[in-house]
Amino acid sequence: MVEPKFAKFDTLALHAGQQPDPATGARAVPIYQTTSYVFDDTDHAASLYNLERPGHIYTRLSNPTTGVLEERVAALEGGVGAVATASGMAALFLAVATLMDKGGHIVSSGSLYGGSHNLFTYTLPRFGIETTFVNPRDPQAFKDAIRPETRLVFGETLGNPGIEVMNLPVIADIAHEAGLPFMIDATFTTPYLIKVFDHGVDLAMHSLTKFMGGHGTAIGGVIVDSGKFDWEGSDGRFPTLTEPYAGYHGLDFAEEFGTQAFVMRARAEGMKDFGACLSPANAFYILQGIETLPLRMQKHVSNAEAVAGFLDGHEAVEWVNYPSLKTHPDHELAKTLLPKGAGSILSFGIRGGRDAGRKFIESVCLASHLANIGDAKTLVIHPGSTTHQQMSAADLDAAGIGEGMIRLSVGIEDAGDIIDDLKQALRVSQKD
Amino acid sequence: MEVTVQGQMVHAATGGRAWNGDEPAVILVHGAGLDRTIWQLQTRNIAYMGRRAIAVDLPGHGRSGGALLATIEDIADWIPGFMDAAGIKTAKLIGHSMGALVTLEAAARHPSRVDKLCLMGVSEMMPVHPDLLDAAEKNQTLAPELIVYWGLGEKAKIGGHPHPGLWVHNASQTLLELSGEGVLFNDLSACNAYKGALEAAAKVKCETLFVLGKDDMMTPARKARSLADAIENSATILIERCGHMMMSERPNQVYDALKGFV
Repeated sequence: MVEPKFAKFDTLALHAGQQPDPATGARAVPIYQTTSYVFDDTDHAASLYNLERPGHIYTRLSNPTTGVLEERVAALEGGVGAVATASGMAALFLAVATLMDKGGHIVSSGSLYGGSHNLFTYTLPRFGIETTFVNPRDPQAFKDAIRPETRLVFGETLGNPGIEVMNLPVIADIAHEAGLPFMIDATFTTPYLIKVFDHGVDLAMHSLTKFMGGHGTAIGGVIVDSGKFDWEGSDGRFPTLTEPYAGYHGLDFAEEFGTQAFVMRARAEGMKDFGACLSPANAFYILQGIETLPLRMQKHVSNAEAVAGFLDGHEAVEWVNYPSLKTHPDHELAKTLLPKGAGSILSFGIRGGRDAGRKFIESVCLASHLANIGDAKTLVIHPGSTTHQQMSAADLDAAGIGEGMIRLSVGIEDAGDIIDDLKQALRVSQKD
Repeated sequence: MEVTVQGQMVHAATGGRAWNGDEPAVILVHGAGLDRTIWQLQTRNIAYMGRRAIAVDLPGHGRSGGALLATIEDIADWIPGFMDAAGIKTAKLIGHSMGALVTLEAAARHPSRVDKLCLMGVSEMMPVHPDLLDAAEKNQTLAPELIVYWGLGEKAKIGGHPHPGLWVHNASQTLLELSGEGVLFNDLSACNAYKGALEAAAKVKCETLFVLGKDDMMTPARKARSLADAIENSATILIERCGHMMMSERPNQVYDALKGFV
């Protein structure tokens, strides 16, 4: 039996989307720091604008450096294509705006990054789009929340900051039975830990700022299309993809671009009109990070497991929330969906509540107190007063965020050094 | 565009542009397990060159209804009926892979309906590896994987595609995977069984353009030479660094090749 021999994940992380620069022979991806591109002639210009030929017009729409990043992420996820954006939030908004108009409705996990929660709760309603939040561990709640005007089912591979493992195949089936696409924010896991399209997900997004870039140097986002959702078979619920678009002389994206309809519309309309493009310099920085993604994720996971084990047995810690621990409610699901590990974000509660939490945060030395995750360096934050501070007390409870919860993004330093730092900060937190 | 052929709905993409009645028609015929969208750029481009571009979904493919046609000859004989339904007397035919065999046979059998012929990714015979045929019969994902493995040139497998953000590997594989059950096996079986290409080529009198990928492993360029030799009025364009999936791999070079043809 013959076997196709395609480049594997680690190879794609280094090579996908790039040939040595044809003009200079440069092996590294060059930063094409340019706004615009010279046309061969007027016919060439017209054909580019009219989506008849591939190529670059203006960096808000596409850029050669950013294009390598998009192709590489699409390759790592196993999608048909990708569109990079200025941030993860820009990617989320672009996806929503590509899928629905006013009157649309989203069914979403309630355990989300605070920015996403804010967009769904406060901002999208101003544009006539509502969201129903449900418990990510309750598939029936997703099913019950779907309405005739629902256009998207959404969640995160690992909830933020509850670290719930979303049962992707089950939720995908619910979405598909209702004729809806299922979109996942896979920022916490990256395609190294789980390729979400293998589990029924239709659209994936990432904050590239986090593990993909990995070095805390550049903000970026991306949406990736599996190409498998049947837009034309969804009873006219997605007119942006299945009906003529006057903005491109009546172009029907599903009719003409088939499996690439979503990414084509997202770029042709969304990047053109909303304009949240990624800078080519940031695309370059993020590409540098992706080159070592497999190595970094292995170290992130092994360190997180060591830290979780340390915290789990510590007298100053009331609970630890990390799916690799047997005590985690989704431990068995994590073993199935995330066999390489459950990422490196964990949360825990300090004995002593808010005051003890404050002392802990202010006592860490190696770990950095800041509003990010997925850096190569260990990061720590108190969600209730920072990333999720816009949420009401009731919403905080619904999302499983207690006042004393500490979220830890375990970096790739020496595991013993991370544990020593946490140990001394915990000691301080318990002093009067 | 939707028309009815032999009682069945047939769908075709027209490049998003309204026709003027007297414009020359160009019909694009896809390969095994594919559909009209494999011609996505070419359809729009030809349409906006002022032609009636028609990228058809063959029966049982894409959005077209009807039963699959089991042989190259059957599909070739179906083409004139489709042209009648679309109100087209004569057309330039462009075919890729299986579609190239279909359009070659159609030009031989129905010469009065064909103005010019363009054969892309074609060879004198298209024997199908038994493992591929077996996987297609069992509707295994191995079948699309093998086609992409053999069909894409080595550079396209790594990427650096001119179409920003498009990952050609998965775009090709997903399109094949989404073909209906049995579609790929039907088409590959038709290619495997067809032995009439040389005979058909000898009957073709219209101007014929061959567009071939230099790195094509599925239909090696050298195996099209006998066909080109058999057609009196033929020309060949060889695309460098290009495998079998040339419309996706090297769209700008395909654009240059087709510009003069249409």
